[in-house]
Amino acid sequence: MQKIDIIGKRKWWYIISLVIIIPGIICMFTRGFNLGIDFTGGTIIDLRFDKPVSIMDVRDVLKTYKLDNSTIQLAGEDSSAAVSQNVMIRTVDLEENDRKAVMASLKDSLGTYNVLREEKVGSTMGSELMIQALWATLLSWLLIVLYISYRFEFRFGIAAVLALVHDILIVLSVFSLMQKQVDSSFVAALMTIVGYSVNDTIVIFDRIRENLKLHFRKGGNIDELANTSIYQTLTRSIYTVCTVLFTTLALYYFGGDTTKDFAFALLIGFTCGAYSSIFIASPLWVTFRGWAEAKRAKQKEATAK
Amino acid sequence: MRKDNFIKLLVVVLAIIGIFSFYISPLAYSIRQGLDLQGGTHVVLEAVDTPEAKVNEDAMQRVVKIIEKRVNELGLTEPVIQREGEKRIIVELPGIKDPDKAIQVLGKTAMLEFQDEAGNTVMNGTDLKDAQAQIDQSNQNLVSLEFSAEGSEKFADLTSKNIGKKIAILLDKEVLTAPNVKEAITGGKAVITGSRTLEEAQNLAILLRSGSLPVKVNIIETRTVGPTLGQDSKDKSEFAFAIGIGAVILFMVLFYRLPGLVADISLMAYVIMLLFLLKMLDATLTLPGVAGIILSIGMAVDANVLIFEHFKEEYRFGKTLRMSMDAGFKRAFMTILDSHMTTILASAVLFFFGTGTVKGFAITLGLGTVLSLFTATTFTQYMLKLLFGANLFKNPTIYGASSPTEVVNNNAKN
Repeated sequence: MQKIDIIGKRKWWYIISLVIIIPGIICMFTRGFNLGIDFTGGTIIDLRFDKPVSIMDVRDVLKTYKLDNSTIQLAGEDSSAAVSQNVMIRTVDLEENDRKAVMASLKDSLGTYNVLREEKVGSTMGSELMIQALWATLLSWLLIVLYISYRFEFRFGIAAVLALVHDILIVLSVFSLMQKQVDSSFVAALMTIVGYSVNDTIVIFDRIRENLKLHFRKGGNIDELANTSIYQTLTRSIYTVCTVLFTTLALYYFGGDTTKDFAFALLIGFTCGAYSSIFIASPLWVTFRGWAEAKRAKQKEATAK
Repeated sequence: MRKDNFIKLLVVVLAIIGIFSFYISPLAYSIRQGLDLQGGTHVVLEAVDTPEAKVNEDAMQRVVKIIEKRVNELGLTEPVIQREGEKRIIVELPGIKDPDKAIQVLGKTAMLEFQDEAGNTVMNGTDLKDAQAQIDQSNQNLVSLEFSAEGSEKFADLTSKNIGKKIAILLDKEVLTAPNVKEAITGGKAVITGSRTLEEAQNLAILLRSGSLPVKVNIIETRTVGPTLGQDSKDKSEFAFAIGIGAVILFMVLFYRLPGLVADISLMAYVIMLLFLLKMLDATLTLPGVAGIILSIGMAVDANVLIFEHFKEEYRFGKTLRMSMDAGFKRAFMTILDSHMTTILASAVLFFFGTGTVKGFAITLGLGTVLSLFTATTFTQYMLKLLFGANLFKNPTIYGASSPTEVVNNNAKN
């Protein structure tokens, strides 16, 4: 098998990632995210009518409450059909009495239904959730850097965290570009991805650390060392990402609607996590090490003069 | 020695398989399921400051007590009432049939007042001893009140001073009933008329019995998952879970042969222990929690993969099978420790700083990772030792390792 010089081609990997991340970031700022009610606040009513209804039918009922600009979606087996028994209505944050009134008139004009799900989130709750999740995430990153710096060295810590930031940016980009809904389970998915990404990166770093001990005796160069370490752990990297992808794919294809977006985020995240450990984290470490060596060489030159 | 090892291995394997197949389903079903899996209503209440009453610790403790009373009055199995942060209370009502009623009852201040004609408040809810919904002979819905000793005196005083005049009974500043007083009532009993339905009367009775909230409480979040959807998610996640685990088990056997089988057996031990721990801790299993389990199983498998890959590598260096396994294990352990520690750290942060969804996920992931570290270093190692000690097979391919000569040949080709 012809082995690719992964470290030598590192500029290409950085470029490939940027090709996804830059449009993603632009999209995040221009179109933003399709935020669920967990973040925006609002009310969701998910109903299964006895007889199929159309979006227009539902909108007409909502009009009497001036809620006709709400999102109405048909769901179920045949979501592309014009009528369906399953209807999901998303409105602004409704008071208890208003919601009851709306639901009563839906029953009056469109027949009886089964309530699948009802959610109401106050708007202040949403932003609090976001800020809290952000702090928790940043704190977990800090701890990761500290732990890796303690067990390995600071440059490994920074490279690992940059790799996980890379994974998160890609998942955020995909969700913004595809306008997939972001809710609190998405936050949980991001955390999972962070966990996986770091775990995966550490295994390779651990091998680099191990090889590094022998390295200077052998007098090899750093690029070669990192490449060797990546290839030595490659089987494991592939097997492990395969096993987590099995379970996640099963959740995506066979799990319920509630877990679909969650599983989707995990699928992208795990794939990125495995990719970034090999193509981003290790090359970044080599880059940082290169900088440090260049700096040291310069200092030496300066003292020599 | 060889036979001894083989018997030990057989006993361990059979014991784990036996315990797994016997306990997995009763154990899995006995763990409390979250509302997203079994259906029910989740309500978040928040106390707010008003000019009349500021929120403080004492008030919050009283609010929790009263909310507990109200929830108990609803007669549900296993409701959960929890403080969150300074001003919030989470109420979880599994399997509730009429969520609207519950939501309404929970958030009401329920301040009862008795006023004379001039509008002076003479007595309030604290003077009550009991309240019950009733239907009288003329089919009217009533709430009958029984006053405390002090309340009876006050009420007798109020009625005797207001004969021929109107008094009013108000709930949260709204007039419930305003009867004309015909004579002084000294028996310590009264009725509130005017409820449209018996249910309304029952709700009112619940509110009066549980007392009024000392501060204003807003409902800021409600989530109801109907029983149909809950059952649906549960069935689907169970199926997905079975498929996922099945694939992993098959994968391990295909790629690592006999050691893979050993890993599968220790994976079974791992799943049983994780469920047992969750049960002991009385944790609630939600959908994100299931996801945490999936990831932690991934980590547990990863630990095994690391051990086996190191083993194969050592074997390629020309060590014996047994020595390779020992050396592989030793080297893999450092990696497993570091990768698991970071995950444990991250889930600890999520557990302490996260809420709701995030917390449920952090619990299963954190516990799962700790357990994974444990099973890899105990069960897997022990069984592998026995397996190699038994020395049943001499052919390295049974252990998923290619013999050193093969490697040499491969290298020659390169």
